[in-house]
Amino acid sequence: MLEPDEWAALVLSLQVSSVAVICALPPAIALAWVLARRRFWGHGVLSALVHLPLVLPPVVTGYLLLLTFGRNGAIGGLLAEMGIVLAFRWTGAALAAAIMGFPLMVRAIRLSIEAVDPKLEEAAATLGAGRWSGFMRVTLPLIAPGILAGAVLGFAKAVGEFGATITFVANIPGQTQTLPSAIYAFLQVPGGEGSALRLVVLATVVALGAVLISEWLARKVAARVSGV
Amino acid sequence: MNLSVDIRHGFDDFSLEADFEAGAGVTALFGPSGAGKSTIAAAICGLLTPNAGRITLDGQVLFDSASGICVPVHRRRIGVVFQDGRLFPHLDVASNLAFGARYAPDTESAQDAGAIARMLGIEGLMLRRPGTLSGGEKQRVAMARALLMRPRLLIMDEPLAALDGPRKDEILPYLERLRDAGSVPIIYVSHAVAEIARLANQMVVLRGGRVMRTGDVTEVLADPAMVPMIGVREAGAVLHARVAGVEAGGLTQLAISGGILRVPGAGMSKGQPIRIRILAQDVLIALEHPQGMSSRNILPAVVEGLHRGDGPGVAVALRLGDDRLLARITADAADELNLRPGLSCFAILKATAVARADIGVVPDIPVRWD
Repeated sequence: MLEPDEWAALVLSLQVSSVAVICALPPAIALAWVLARRRFWGHGVLSALVHLPLVLPPVVTGYLLLLTFGRNGAIGGLLAEMGIVLAFRWTGAALAAAIMGFPLMVRAIRLSIEAVDPKLEEAAATLGAGRWSGFMRVTLPLIAPGILAGAVLGFAKAVGEFGATITFVANIPGQTQTLPSAIYAFLQVPGGEGSALRLVVLATVVALGAVLISEWLARKVAARVSGV
Repeated sequence: MNLSVDIRHGFDDFSLEADFEAGAGVTALFGPSGAGKSTIAAAICGLLTPNAGRITLDGQVLFDSASGICVPVHRRRIGVVFQDGRLFPHLDVASNLAFGARYAPDTESAQDAGAIARMLGIEGLMLRRPGTLSGGEKQRVAMARALLMRPRLLIMDEPLAALDGPRKDEILPYLERLRDAGSVPIIYVSHAVAEIARLANQMVVLRGGRVMRTGDVTEVLADPAMVPMIGVREAGAVLHARVAGVEAGGLTQLAISGGILRVPGAGMSKGQPIRIRILAQDVLIALEHPQGMSSRNILPAVVEGLHRGDGPGVAVALRLGDDRLLARITADAADELNLRPGLSCFAILKATAVARADIGVVPDIPVRWD
């Protein structure tokens, strides 16, 4: 059904997106909790910073990644000494996808944390649960569907990421060519429309599925919090 | 048990300055909303850090602004029953209870769990989700959960305020059982005099963030000077009585130190000790034993003191044997009868003056507190 190049792009996209979501989830939960539960000076700035990749032109994000994580970049140089190279590798694509999906994940998780009454955490504390224990045993189970919803949205965003990825890791078939990069590449060559169309259908199905699942999960949060 | 509270705290438009001690048994924090009751409760359990002051429990410093000590909430082992229950919505009743037991200091809780569930009548609810429980059931589960962590002190913050009348009546006997079990001292926050009269041993009267009075519930409620604080409609003395007999007509005879009261009240057995509250507005005063009167309860009394309020009313403290009764009459009447301390008179009560809800059960044996 799919040509080898198309398969390679699909598999790489799924790999890149999975790694991106798994790595981004813990910091996304932590940041969502901080934004939902803490009030501090710079709260608004932090929130804006998290949302930045959503509104920044993706090519700018990709270029900034290249500047920081490229071989000659501040962080990229250090990593290169340790043998870790991100630029023009699939791992770099995962980093780009993680950063682009991050705001969506934080947003979904933050909303679900805000739906949990902080008084429940207070009740857990009076029963003897420390802050961490209370979070793990009360807040986390209550927001589990919200975390899943955020992960699904982040995954869909990662699968569809194009601008930052192509700027940071280019478009090397079999190495850094994800689904959108492949569609773009097929459209550049005569006779590539067939391949492009098949991948377009795939990309649409993944995106639509992700949004439907995340909506459904969000409704589960509401039901869980009401305790029926 | 000794709890000592001396704290100061300020909000935008409210300042709290409270200093009191609480011992074993049930100590009520009483006052209208905005008096600072819940702020004090939150400071004791650690959910609020006061601006300044000191809180100690059995010699342990929980909070001391001078030395910078503030024991975190989860290390205080002070159970709290909140007005809204706050059961964990994702857990069934059994798991909610297990959450409390998990943090108990020892492992005896397994058998405790059964006894506590029986005492609160929640054995049948174990597999239910909080969302499917009635308000009264939720509060009983919340109490059990708080007890299972073996608290050193239990704070109940308006536990009945969110319930309607019948639900309150359903829960009060469980609260009495909890009090009479005597295993844990209780701070009971409420603005309802009827609940306090029925449940508490001691009370702290708060108003505008200040402590107006502390003492035995019977003492404070029988003090005519407290009538403006309590509210003229709610003021009334609490008396200890014993069921002396049940008449054929349905009236129950209650023996108090100053005589026999005859009140309607079914379902009480002879010899049973009870607590009754008699509202000040239901008591009349006569200088001579009245004739041809419908009242069943006319008892000799001595005027102990009068307190004139701002309004037209006067609160009169009467002594009946060893008990005190409070009457609220008009200033005109007090002047005309020339009421003064030491004057002998008769207190007149309608038989229905003692409402069933104001009758509380007290244990036969004096409760021992550890």
